[in-house]
Amino acid sequence: MDISERTVGVGAGAAQTGDAVSAKDMATEDMVLNIGPQHPSTHGVLRLRLRLDGEQIVSAEPIVGYMHRGAEKLFEVRDYRQIVVLANRHDWLSAFANELGVVLAVERMLGMEVPERATWARTLLAELNRVLNHLMFLGSYPLEMGAITPIFYAFTEREYLQAVMEEVSGGRMHYMFNRVGGLKEELPAGWTGRARATVAEVRHGMVRVEEIIHGNEIFRARTRGVGVLTREQILQYGVSGPIARASGVDFDLRRDEPYLAYGELGDVLRVVTRTEGDCHARFSCLLDQVAVSLNLADACLDRLEALPPGPINQRLPKVLKAPEGHVYQWTENPLGLNGYFLVSRGEKTPWRMKLRSASFNNVQVLKELLPGNLVADMIAILGSMFFVVGDIDK
Amino acid sequence: MGVNGGPVDLPDPRVGALSRVAPKPVRYVLNWGRRYSLWVFNFGLACCAIEFISTSMSRHDFIRFGVIPFAPGPRQADLMVVSGTVSDKMAPAVRRLYEQMPDPKYVISFGACSNSGGPYWDSYCVTNGVDQIVPVDVYVPGCPPRPEALLHGIVRLQEKIAGESLGERYAPVPPAAALASPLRPAPERP
Repeated sequence: MDISERTVGVGAGAAQTGDAVSAKDMATEDMVLNIGPQHPSTHGVLRLRLRLDGEQIVSAEPIVGYMHRGAEKLFEVRDYRQIVVLANRHDWLSAFANELGVVLAVERMLGMEVPERATWARTLLAELNRVLNHLMFLGSYPLEMGAITPIFYAFTEREYLQAVMEEVSGGRMHYMFNRVGGLKEELPAGWTGRARATVAEVRHGMVRVEEIIHGNEIFRARTRGVGVLTREQILQYGVSGPIARASGVDFDLRRDEPYLAYGELGDVLRVVTRTEGDCHARFSCLLDQVAVSLNLADACLDRLEALPPGPINQRLPKVLKAPEGHVYQWTENPLGLNGYFLVSRGEKTPWRMKLRSASFNNVQVLKELLPGNLVADMIAILGSMFFVVGDIDK
Repeated sequence: MGVNGGPVDLPDPRVGALSRVAPKPVRYVLNWGRRYSLWVFNFGLACCAIEFISTSMSRHDFIRFGVIPFAPGPRQADLMVVSGTVSDKMAPAVRRLYEQMPDPKYVISFGACSNSGGPYWDSYCVTNGVDQIVPVDVYVPGCPPRPEALLHGIVRLQEKIAGESLGERYAPVPPAAALASPLRPAPERP
């Protein structure tokens, strides 16, 4: 039988022993560690192939595709109403923002005017959806670091918000509330009052989340200065969203290329940025963005209540066809830039609909970010990249 | 090592050999114990995993039904909840993790995608239903199902466990040859 002996990595302690065989002289070889595709954290099925020297990561390769569902191909056999079903499912934490991109693209193709009430209601729901998304990560990130309590608080707030979203759309996660030309139906009577109360409730609840984790000494020790992304890396890899802003890339489509009603919300919309670029900065970016989104939601509610009654959608023809041509529509999704490139040949289905999703770019940078770090820090870094696997694999 | 130093053929391990002859009260107590201590292993794949997490949080809290979401991995779990789309690339991993679970084991298929492919039924890379690769005990419909639906599915599974006999569940399957008549030779041609 062929037996060989291999030394896979030497612990840091070996260097201190002062034996004749010191760690330096020992021939070691790197260990390949496979993380995923199934792991007990909330990441879903991202797989990472790490090459380790002892506890240190030498190289990392994200292997994607375990969640590939072929949505882009399916867009080609769905008409413009049905596309929304698939479009809101790739990033399941920001369903409203995803469907928004599709309908905005189709509306631009058609040159369709959207009623003012619909625009304000869309802005409001998009911001509430952003809060829902961020709350998930504000809960799950500490969980991965060993702090179990914040996720219970985060989900308490999520349930309040989901009740509000469910009342308006009927869905807890996948709202299917956007239609080409507006929203599905009028907001329920008295809903704005309940939404306002919920926003106040969540704002109050955020204090708990912030107090329990943001200033926590252990949490800071594990995240400060860990996984620092530079501005250059951000630009090279096309990283966007709160992760980019945590490294000082001051770019937010809501301000820089306003869509919906964001152009009129300039005095409320504050783009949250940090300069450190480490895990802690990314986390606090998320935390501050929740506060901004709640302020935006309040501003939208004020505006909605002041608007005169009117239609909230357009009457659509029986068969909806986009004219021949192409359009690229990008929006500021909770996790970053989300773009739809829509090519139409004048039929009732798109000829091609390319999806640029935020998480795909955000995860690529792991290859550059992970090497040199310890395995324990990998958890902190991976969690702070705030990705959704469906958004990576589409 | 056998008598001659060669390998020994051991019988396949079987669950509940005595369960069939156990008196009814004993079976009842065993089933009662199993139904209220379901260590669950969440196969979180897609959107439905978020609703699974919601179900485990303070509002819905399935721990009060005896479902314990702290199984460190499939080897320590009794129940696998497949929540989300099973893609063709993921399917072998699902099967493998199912096989790692010790008997008796149960599977809840949570959501339209794992039931039948759901909105991705016509995709080129989606397995149309996790029941093609692992046996499923309870299907929970919805896209994604509400947490209440998962709670209902769990209660149905517990009812199923209460009424079952492990001896029958794991009764040896007769070989296929015993069910089929032997091949008859082709009639001779003149």
